[in-house]
Amino acid sequence: MNLTNLQLFLSAAVIAGTPLLFATLGEIITEKAGNLNLGIEGMMLMGAVVGFITAYNQGNPILALIAAFLAGAFGSLIYAFLTVSLRVNHEVSGLALTTFGTGFAGFLGQAYVGKVVPGNVRQAFGNIKIPLLGDIPFIGEILFNKDPMVYLSYIVVIIIGIYLYRTRKGLNLKAIGENPAAADAAGINISLYKYVNILIGGALCGLGGAYLSLIYVPAWQESVVAGRGWIAVALVIFVTWNPYKAIAGAYLFGGLDILGFRLQKFQLNIPQYFLDMLPYAATIIILVIASVKRSKKNLPPQSMGIPYFRENR
Amino acid sequence: MFRKVCAIALVFIMIFMMLTTGCTQKESEDQIKVGFVYVGPAEDKGWSYAHDQGRLYLEEKLDVTTIYQESVKEEDAAVEASIRNMIDQGCSIIFTTSFGFMSATKKMALEFPDVKFLHCSGYEMADNMSNYFGRMYQPRYLSGIVAGMKTESNKVGYVAAYDIPEVIRGINAFTLGVLSVNPEAEVFVRWTNTWYDPAKEKDAALSLLDEGCDVIAQHQDTPGPQIAAQERGKWAIGYHIDSRESAPEAFLTAPVWDFGPYYVEQVQNVMNGTWKAESYWGGMETGLVGLAEMKDNVPAEAKAKVDEVTQQIIDGKFDVFTGPIYDQDGNLKVKEGERMTDQEMLEFLWFVKGVVGKIG
Repeated sequence: MNLTNLQLFLSAAVIAGTPLLFATLGEIITEKAGNLNLGIEGMMLMGAVVGFITAYNQGNPILALIAAFLAGAFGSLIYAFLTVSLRVNHEVSGLALTTFGTGFAGFLGQAYVGKVVPGNVRQAFGNIKIPLLGDIPFIGEILFNKDPMVYLSYIVVIIIGIYLYRTRKGLNLKAIGENPAAADAAGINISLYKYVNILIGGALCGLGGAYLSLIYVPAWQESVVAGRGWIAVALVIFVTWNPYKAIAGAYLFGGLDILGFRLQKFQLNIPQYFLDMLPYAATIIILVIASVKRSKKNLPPQSMGIPYFRENR
Repeated sequence: MFRKVCAIALVFIMIFMMLTTGCTQKESEDQIKVGFVYVGPAEDKGWSYAHDQGRLYLEEKLDVTTIYQESVKEEDAAVEASIRNMIDQGCSIIFTTSFGFMSATKKMALEFPDVKFLHCSGYEMADNMSNYFGRMYQPRYLSGIVAGMKTESNKVGYVAAYDIPEVIRGINAFTLGVLSVNPEAEVFVRWTNTWYDPAKEKDAALSLLDEGCDVIAQHQDTPGPQIAAQERGKWAIGYHIDSRESAPEAFLTAPVWDFGPYYVEQVQNVMNGTWKAESYWGGMETGLVGLAEMKDNVPAEAKAKVDEVTQQIIDGKFDVFTGPIYDQDGNLKVKEGERMTDQEMLEFLWFVKGVVGKIG
């Protein structure tokens, strides 16, 4: 099949956006619980290294993903214990988690630098065309002829969307993020909700990291995440904490990340530095618009970043 | 009472640990100690790894002890702290192996005149400070010959980090190598603006493969571009070290470093008392740079041609940047029979004809 330039670019943008999408979804539910976790980069690296080592030694793709999932959850467990149980400052513990995760991945991965994911795992993560959907002209090739992890990300988007907007538990979660005192008074178990959501959020970040080391690259190199965790932090704001918008946002940011190479082909004089800056500039603009419009829908959860003390009510 | 005993025991344990730290190596007083400062992890399978292989070779060949510090930031304070630490530990020779370590190395060289410093890839010197680097453009030219003979689409891709003279020189040498055997071919350049980002480097290579390139070369620190070529069933040329295990089918060859013999020679000179500060730019004749063993997927004619040119370079009969050389717009930059001077090569800021890409 002959693909046009645009199709090739969009197809690459989806792949570049998928690790961002996982991390963004994870951070959305974390922040919805009122916790700002800046440790995304660290959790992604932990997921990336543990997923890679499992895949390399066991040769089992499912096991590798489960391991990455658990590694991300383990990273966020540290964070959850610090911020929920000990009520430590969110920003500081998140940054500490990034530093920890970077060191953790570098240390565990030392013996694996330059090693490649085994063939059978790569095959398992090969592209699968979805019948019917994959035949839609133009879009089919871009969205529905991809590796299983991309499809997994679609499913996670839908599950989180239903969870946040269609279930009582999601409503409770949002209440905690907006006003934990009121939620507490309503009899919601705040610590439990926070723990569960932070852990799942971290696990999703771990999957995002594993996408990089298992499918995107797929080999182990130190700091394979290379700053994508920070893009995810901006992305959460950009998509205004909405999992559905996160899909488009992630592909947009992913696309901008790789747009530079594609433009060089046309000898256009747009420096990559300018393109690298765009996602962040766009995020700031969205923040400004949201605060000028004062539309409730687009503002961050009100109590985000503030440790909750029951005694301070 | 129990707590007191515990506290005293703890104090003794800590004192014991303090005294034993650093005593793990047996040292004799007159043995020379050599320190290495790396910018990346020693196991990065790239630049710092190449230096670390040199360090291990040095330990094997000479009766010296070596220490190293990895992942040192390119900030003067960090480099100075690392160097001071090494001098405290008794190092009398220190290799600093990244361009960004230059100013701190110079400062330390002036402060510690009895210690010998060797800085890689810079230009600063002092009575007790050398700088050294390799003429990597020579093996790059050879790898260009391989690429030029291997390509079927006559489109060769080159994933490059930054548009600085070192990288541009490599691209130009590579392109001249490609054109020397295949005048029809073109070299397509993609800038990544990073030395180290496996995913991005791979992406850049994929965008080149999408355009029809079937051989991918690189000036990057990870095998990302080679993995991209492997996935598409195309060919790749590595850099820094022989990385065939990362892309077993795609890998053709790679321009590689071999710092070991140079390190041995320099340390030997210090031991003999004949060491002098110099500015050293070693070519293939010194073995500092070379081409990794070509795999069986390299055409036999290419192998023969590479062997022939290698011999000419080593004998000094051939130089990569010998005229006539035209720039991208077709202007004659180097006249027939003339050779570019080292200074001109160090200030390369234009592409030769045959490169498709832009600087800046």
